[in-house]
Amino acid sequence: MPLRHTCKEVAALLIAREDRALPLSQRLGMRLHLAMCAGCTGFERQILTMHNVMKQWRNYEASD
Amino acid sequence: MTFEQQLIDCRQYLLRFARLQLRNDTWAEDAVSETVLAALAKPQAFANRSQLKTWLVGILKHKVIDALRHHRREVSGLLTTEDDNTDPLDYLSFKTDGHFAQVPADWGNPEQQISSRQFFEVLDACANKLPPTQGRLFLMREWMELSSDEICKELDLTPTNLYVQLHRARLRLRECLELNWFANAKAT
Repeated sequence: MPLRHTCKEVAALLIAREDRALPLSQRLGMRLHLAMCAGCTGFERQILTMHNVMKQWRNYEASD
Repeated sequence: MTFEQQLIDCRQYLLRFARLQLRNDTWAEDAVSETVLAALAKPQAFANRSQLKTWLVGILKHKVIDALRHHRREVSGLLTTEDDNTDPLDYLSFKTDGHFAQVPADWGNPEQQISSRQFFEVLDACANKLPPTQGRLFLMREWMELSSDEICKELDLTPTNLYVQLHRARLRLRECLELNWFANAKAT
């Protein structure tokens, strides 16, 4: 099946979902794309790491 | 050590926090002074129920938001002038059809390394490199954990404007961490 979104569009959606709720159609398109694309899966892992980094940073600063 | 002395001891830490958030030394000094004054006015509110610093940061967060609200014209007015308007997404390598030319680097399993002091120093430096307004918005979202709606309301921003800035900030931070931490960590 051809991918409905380009990697660039999916990368933008992966960033956007950190700050706003995405419409169902975009979430679905993104999921389908991620299931078939190693590049975007790698980028998603980086974004998830960034998400954890922010959480750790808040904890670190709230800790000496 | 008296309560006043403890407050003085925390001042440098509070200043660092306020500077990172506000990107303006004068605003930061004012926010910290107001925090210390508020603490001195109501020491009974602290009553040793948490770490003093944690309690002070809680007060300071409100003072920082007050400062951003007070200077909202300056904060949102700079949005169009301080950025070069390139989309940092273009720094990633895409083919002309919009698909990745190269699979993004594998950052491995960085759980251990991202809790080290050195890592947070790099992260701090990367956050400081963001354009001032972009940095403020990003930290309001990530540090103060305000929702996008709350930020728009506080600073009189349109959601589109905010999302563009957060998009750029996240990608810039990703790139900075990749260059200054993850690439080095892989090489060692």
